[in-house]
Amino acid sequence: MSAELFSVFYQFADVFAFLILSAAGLAIVFGMMGVINMAHGEFIMCGAYVTVGLVNLGVPLPIAQILAALTAGIIGMIVEFLIVRRFYKRPLDSLLATWGLSLIVTQSMLLIVGSAVRGIGTPEGSFAIGGYTFSTYRLVLFGAAVAVLAGLYIIFMKTRFGVVARATMQNAAMAKALGARTGRIYSISFGIGTALAGLCGALYAPTMTLIPTMGATFVVESFVTVVIGGANVLLGTAPAAVFLAIIRMALNASYGQIIGQIGMLFAVILIIRVLPEGLSSVLVRRGR
Amino acid sequence: MLKLLDGPQTLGRGRIFWSCFLAVLAGALIYPVFADSYDVGNFAYFLIWIFMALGLCLMWGYGGMLSFGQTFFFGIAGYGYGVLAINMGGGTATIAALVLSVVIAMIAAGILGYFMIWGGISGIFFGIVTLSATLVLAFFLGQTAGPEWHIGPARLNGFNGMKGMDPLTVGDFDIEGSALYYVMIALIVIVYIALRMLVNSSVGNVIVATRENPQRAEMLGYDVRKYQLLTFVIGSGLAGLSGALYTSWGQFITPSSIGLPAAAMPIVWVAFSGRNDLTATLVGSFLLLFGFQTITVYSQQAALVLMGVLLLATVMLAPQGFVLGIGKLVVDWWSRRRRRDEGPALADAGRLQSDET
Repeated sequence: MSAELFSVFYQFADVFAFLILSAAGLAIVFGMMGVINMAHGEFIMCGAYVTVGLVNLGVPLPIAQILAALTAGIIGMIVEFLIVRRFYKRPLDSLLATWGLSLIVTQSMLLIVGSAVRGIGTPEGSFAIGGYTFSTYRLVLFGAAVAVLAGLYIIFMKTRFGVVARATMQNAAMAKALGARTGRIYSISFGIGTALAGLCGALYAPTMTLIPTMGATFVVESFVTVVIGGANVLLGTAPAAVFLAIIRMALNASYGQIIGQIGMLFAVILIIRVLPEGLSSVLVRRGR
Repeated sequence: MLKLLDGPQTLGRGRIFWSCFLAVLAGALIYPVFADSYDVGNFAYFLIWIFMALGLCLMWGYGGMLSFGQTFFFGIAGYGYGVLAINMGGGTATIAALVLSVVIAMIAAGILGYFMIWGGISGIFFGIVTLSATLVLAFFLGQTAGPEWHIGPARLNGFNGMKGMDPLTVGDFDIEGSALYYVMIALIVIVYIALRMLVNSSVGNVIVATRENPQRAEMLGYDVRKYQLLTFVIGSGLAGLSGALYTSWGQFITPSSIGLPAAAMPIVWVAFSGRNDLTATLVGSFLLLFGFQTITVYSQQAALVLMGVLLLATVMLAPQGFVLGIGKLVVDWWSRRRRRDEGPALADAGRLQSDET
């Protein structure tokens, strides 16, 4: 009995980790600046390629993953400085600009690197509970997802940067009048967002085939999680991921991955009819 | 009725504009006489996509709804045409398949639009929800390779795509080559004129008023959701028309014409052309398709990189669109020169007037 229970938890953890890791970076950027980074998938791809490149050079996997996330974060801050910065007053145009960037990056990668890169295998290691075997790395991913949530909580709720960032999120003009350097806050937040995207790619790099278009695998999940989470991403993203993971897990188990994804999309379309502001609006209302 | 052709919502009016329009139309009509049939087929191929661009122009430029789902409806109608044409056995029934597949796409748009518009989704979320639906459809069709995925005798065939449907046919006559080209020209003229009349009509004015300020339009007594849904269904239906014509043109459709990067293409055409005007979209989309096709022969990736660069350059340098901007410059220059010919006093008056507006 406990083996079955654990198996259910394991499947939940797998989907939950995928949703959180793919959505966290997008959610932070959306929550802070109201901008959806359409090149999110390309930062994920960047994280994966850097990880594999470093591992093939002989760097141990965990260090390669951290370096990959940092690389994505630095590239993200450069992109913010060159492009995204101009569009904070025009969020729809930021969508188009980052989409243009995404096209350029994906297709250039196809031109330069080609479609196939030698991957690295999933780290070995499994354990058995009552007749079922489970991969350890999937639990590592779940741990990483929880760590990302905890890390974001600490950064945004317990540090001085977090206080100023939340003030900027609430009312940028007022925060600026009170002396917050909102430009720098935006730049750092965008960097954190893309670093999280890079981390997602780095963590999933050992489990998937590396192709320049791999980012597309993650974008649907990250989009729907952010849509369901709503405007207050610090509050909404985690419950949204729990909710979607339960739907996805149930459908995956009985009908397979693709029906799981379609079902998740239908659930999202039904929910926006009832809760267009997302789950966080309900939580905010309860809190008052 | 004809008064609606020239109105406040469309650029280009008066005798000069319509003379140019007729001249271009006449050129397009006699083109197949001089060109070889391969080029005519290629031109027909460019024209297929114009409907999708005009639909997005209506939704985005006039209605203020940035839909990333044009290829979603393109795919529904494209696959719909294939399934229906195979199941109904070709022949004149293909015309019915074309009409029905567009209707199916419009029904799908009605359902998706109802949930989004009545839910109150707008702006960025409208884009990413429609894009999510598009990508999920592409993923789904991509894994339908097995023989169990069929509708009647029509196999979906996964990434390899669906084939074997008849082209548009009337009786024994296949509408292909120059015949298809003339059908396209006729459809484009009809759609273009109809859209011009729509946006200049009272319905069009409400659509534009909703774009400018949904709350104000609502306060004036309009149920803006109905107008938005109407815009979304028409715009998406035009994408469906493109899809059905595409399948009939090549007797072939694959999931790659739905997913990324295909989904970005209509956005690039319309953004580059100038989303606020139908004529600019018509001209700009045609030019871009022509350029894209020319480069794709050498390298598809390079052509797509160029599309990305154009999109980025458009939003950074000319957010209203390049074709629209250049068109306005030419018209300004033209009218200024004419005024100068008519005398300095009038030119000053003209300048004063243009400063005020």
